[in-house]
Amino acid sequence: MNQGIQSSETAIKVQHLDHFFGLDEAKKQALYDINLEVKRGSLTILMGPSGSGKTTLLTLMASLRTIQHGSVQLLGKPLETLNETEQINIRRQLGFIFQAHNLHQSLSAKENVLMGLQVHGKGDRQQQDAAAQHILSLVGLADRIDYLPGNLSGGQKQRVAVARALVGNPKIVFADEPTAALDKDSGQQVVAMLKHLGKARQTTSLMVTHDNRILDMADRIITMEDGRIVADEDAS
Amino acid sequence: MSGLLTKLLGRIPIGWLQLSYSRMRMLAAVFGVAFANVLVFVQLGIIGAFNTSIQMSYQPLVADIIISASDANTLSDGSSVTRRYMYQSLSLPEISSAAPLYIGLLNWNLPNGNAASIQVYGVPPESLAFFKPEYEAKLKALNLQNTLLLDAKTRGLDSGTLKRITDQQQRIELNNVALAIIDTVTIGGGFGADGNIFVSDQTFFRLFPKQQAGTPSHILLSVNHGDSNQQHLDKNIQAIAKQLEQHLQAPDAQVHALKERISNDVTYQMTKRPVGVIFGFGVFIGILVGVVIVYQVLSTDVADHLKEYATFKSMGYENSFFYGVITEQAILLACIGFVPGSILAMLIYAAMTLATGLPVSMEVSRLFIVLFGTIIACMISGFIATRRLKSADPAELF
Repeated sequence: MNQGIQSSETAIKVQHLDHFFGLDEAKKQALYDINLEVKRGSLTILMGPSGSGKTTLLTLMASLRTIQHGSVQLLGKPLETLNETEQINIRRQLGFIFQAHNLHQSLSAKENVLMGLQVHGKGDRQQQDAAAQHILSLVGLADRIDYLPGNLSGGQKQRVAVARALVGNPKIVFADEPTAALDKDSGQQVVAMLKHLGKARQTTSLMVTHDNRILDMADRIITMEDGRIVADEDAS
Repeated sequence: MSGLLTKLLGRIPIGWLQLSYSRMRMLAAVFGVAFANVLVFVQLGIIGAFNTSIQMSYQPLVADIIISASDANTLSDGSSVTRRYMYQSLSLPEISSAAPLYIGLLNWNLPNGNAASIQVYGVPPESLAFFKPEYEAKLKALNLQNTLLLDAKTRGLDSGTLKRITDQQQRIELNNVALAIIDTVTIGGGFGADGNIFVSDQTFFRLFPKQQAGTPSHILLSVNHGDSNQQHLDKNIQAIAKQLEQHLQAPDAQVHALKERISNDVTYQMTKRPVGVIFGFGVFIGILVGVVIVYQVLSTDVADHLKEYATFKSMGYENSFFYGVITEQAILLACIGFVPGSILAMLIYAAMTLATGLPVSMEVSRLFIVLFGTIIACMISGFIATRRLKSADPAELF
């Protein structure tokens, strides 16, 4: 057990976090007094059965939900005190990989990736194009850059989603079952890429997964049950 | 298109890409906008024809001031006015000349079997100067008894019949009076009458036995122009009209500059007569149809892309970005739908002119106004559709 890693290089700090869904009689507690620190550049896996609260915790840490009780500090900023503009600014420093990839169906692979860049400003279009093509080639899709998602396989779509999340050099990557649609090799390739980014750019990755094939690549594995952290292992 | 929009917007033209990806939806939207455009154009075309036809009935006249009965809102309705006002007007040094004008309406059974309502201008020989030069020469010939000038564009009068009756100087019968057509003029029918004829005042009295020479329909006045420029002259005429109104002290008459009178006539017929109000309402309905169709399309499009929008929200895109995308779609739909809409409207205009003889024509200013209005209406639809964006919750993506 490694409850609460202490580090000056903390990317995420969660303190006494509770979260509830529903109102009045239908109110149900999803998280109970979560305390957690995530080190910069680390690859952390959140595990646990369905309904254990891991996705709720992920969305709270990713500033996608309102903090009801407790505190979450993301890159040193307390999320519960941020206004809308500050929240948007902090989201721009994050990368998201969704299980359902959520690619824009009418945009090509390259355009989907470009969306991850253009959120930071219009910039130089040629440089953006080059960056998008480079990252697509890193995920093995150099020959598919102009394909619409409808013409890509599930695994290829997921790789585009990974490229979109990483192209803007995010400080933290939040991923929900990023390898679910990928074969073993592709899955390990994606996780290896996240791990490499951690080392090279101090990118922190937090991943919800049930995929046992990638557990050995994690620096840390947190297990949740019934809204509580029941295990926190340093796996590095 | 994509490249052009990328350059214009400085970003990926997501709105256009979304529209062109769902081609059937875009086709439906373009059809909807075009349909709304046609509705608006047709209504505006009829209103325009209505305005033009009102002005056309004044077109032969050259006068500065017109005196009409107080209940005469148009050239052809209302009571007569006493000729005494004409002489009183001439006592003002600013008035240089005056003439009575007689206007009547009657039905004509055309030689080709059609029937037409005809507006009759009764012109006294002394009032020829109050008509445009192209009319003046022809009007002189009306000194011959029972003669008339026929409007060659009279509705129902085909070119063959016109040629036959003019070439053979055939007599026609109006109100049981046989009249000879000595020449033609070109005015055209409007909403009040199918065509026009010009007769002398004496012939007019034969056609309308109850009409008395002492009570013309209107009195036309000309002022001393001096060497004033047009702008100064217009102001001067209005001032003289007011001065004359005070001079006459006639509660049963109204005195206006002719330009003002025409404008009042148009306003009256557009706002007080059912036909004007109905077509004005038609324009509103057309706009409403367009707004509703575009709203439906954009709203469905937003609903179908909520996940993608939520993804962009999670990435840090601001609300202004989404409004930009929807506005981009609205403007594109407006512009693309406008092209077939305006072409179709011009074809309908041509068909309407052919069928009715009404002066329904496309004006460049109308094209720009409708395009601008379409863009505004589509943007309003887009603005309403953005309410659905609130449902795009990035937390639900996980």
